[in-house]
Amino acid sequence: MKAFITRRKSLLVAAGAALALSLSACGGGTTTTPPVNTPTFASGTTMEKLSKAGKITIGTKFDQPLFGQKGLDGKPVGFDVEIGKAIAAKLGLSADKIEWVETVSANREPFIEQGRVDIVVATYTINDARKQKVSFAGPYYEAGQALLVNKDDSSITKPEDVKGKKVCSVTGSTPAKTIVEKYQAELVPAANYTACLEPLRNKQVVAVTTDNVILAGYVDKEPDAFKLASDQTFTKEPYGIGLKKEDTVFRNWINDQLEAFAKDDTYKKAWEATAGKVIKTVPALPTIVRY
Amino acid sequence: MDAIFESLPQYWDGFLRTLFLAVVSGVIALLLGTLLAAMRVSPVAALRGFSTFYVEVARNTPLTIIFFFSAIVLPRLGVKFEQFEVAAIIALSSYTAAFVAEAVRSGVNSVPVGQAEAARSVGMTFTQVLGFIVLPQALRTVVPPLINIMIALVKNSSVAGAFFVLELFGYGLQLSNSRGDAVMWILIGVAFFYLLITVPLGLLAHFVERKVAIAR
Repeated sequence: MKAFITRRKSLLVAAGAALALSLSACGGGTTTTPPVNTPTFASGTTMEKLSKAGKITIGTKFDQPLFGQKGLDGKPVGFDVEIGKAIAAKLGLSADKIEWVETVSANREPFIEQGRVDIVVATYTINDARKQKVSFAGPYYEAGQALLVNKDDSSITKPEDVKGKKVCSVTGSTPAKTIVEKYQAELVPAANYTACLEPLRNKQVVAVTTDNVILAGYVDKEPDAFKLASDQTFTKEPYGIGLKKEDTVFRNWINDQLEAFAKDDTYKKAWEATAGKVIKTVPALPTIVRY
Repeated sequence: MDAIFESLPQYWDGFLRTLFLAVVSGVIALLLGTLLAAMRVSPVAALRGFSTFYVEVARNTPLTIIFFFSAIVLPRLGVKFEQFEVAAIIALSSYTAAFVAEAVRSGVNSVPVGQAEAARSVGMTFTQVLGFIVLPQALRTVVPPLINIMIALVKNSSVAGAFFVLELFGYGLQLSNSRGDAVMWILIGVAFFYLLITVPLGLLAHFVERKVAIAR
């Protein structure tokens, strides 16, 4: 934890005070400085409602290191959290006006439909089945399958390198299928991704594979043991911001803000302060899908 | 129901691996267990002590922990193996051997002490007494408990599915992950293939028992 704080602090120095999204090092959490301006919105819009209410409820994951993780101090940190804060800031709401709600994969759609959250920023892959129930702004990030290898292993940089070698993944998962069917790896099946770490450490498998986001979390916890084989991913998982279905005005407004974040470096700084600690390449904002 | 038929290749593959684990571990466990039982009744105190210690530790430790030790701790200590099946066989046979040893020992105890005394009185050594007189009688009486231990071994081999071995249960996990709509049928299929091994074992027990039983 100590090293973690120090890294944060050095980042803070590097980032300087002039950022739209400045960081504070207190307790290991990152907090945004709210904008001073109070924006005005057309009446009847969700933006106006939230802005007037002076509070927003955002759903995120609490157990996804680097993206959304709730630490011991109770404040969630991560890239998703930063994106959520930046959006709230555009509504004239400072970070302390945000109520964070844990949304695990299974409860995201219900929470949006029931109005228990205003938006969900939670490593939320956009797909057609989910679009039946909720709307998505974004994508704001494109995750994808990657390989986790031992820190001292430089023989594997791309998925083609694991052909005929042992790779650990979760039994029956999509990444497991891809690595076997497309890249002819020999699968070592595990019950969950954490179980894969021991065989990797013992060099009984050469790599662990799943979404880069999950793997980056392991690297963050044990930077001396593991690394990502590459910043490149070999499948595409577009992450979107979930909101109530058919709230097109709100969705378009969030899309506008995302594009603005890409222009004014908010996006880049948010990345560098969180996931960028492991995935050094700052991603470009994917093309926003306005539908 | 269709989930079972479309997954038959996986079931078959898992079935063969379960069978392989059970047969190899079973043979090793029988040999090791008989050896441990012989040590347990031997006149050498150190052998008796070692056997008692081994049997008590192995049979009182949860199998999952033994698996954890052989699949994860051993490699860390430098004992590496290419295939996780090796770890599974180490775990299953060392665990089952303790039960075999106890069963054989109970068989040895069931042989009337006069048999051993008579053998000794004609000048047989300990090894001869055990090998020619006591163990042949003892093993006959322990056929039913030994088959029970083997049935338990077949079922215990499912733990390997959680330690990187794709046997029946491992495939069951995999199939139920990809066919979330048919979990019940998939598990029924898994159970069926286990029964395919264990039910014949039970019948074999009856058969062998009738053949070799000795009236006392």
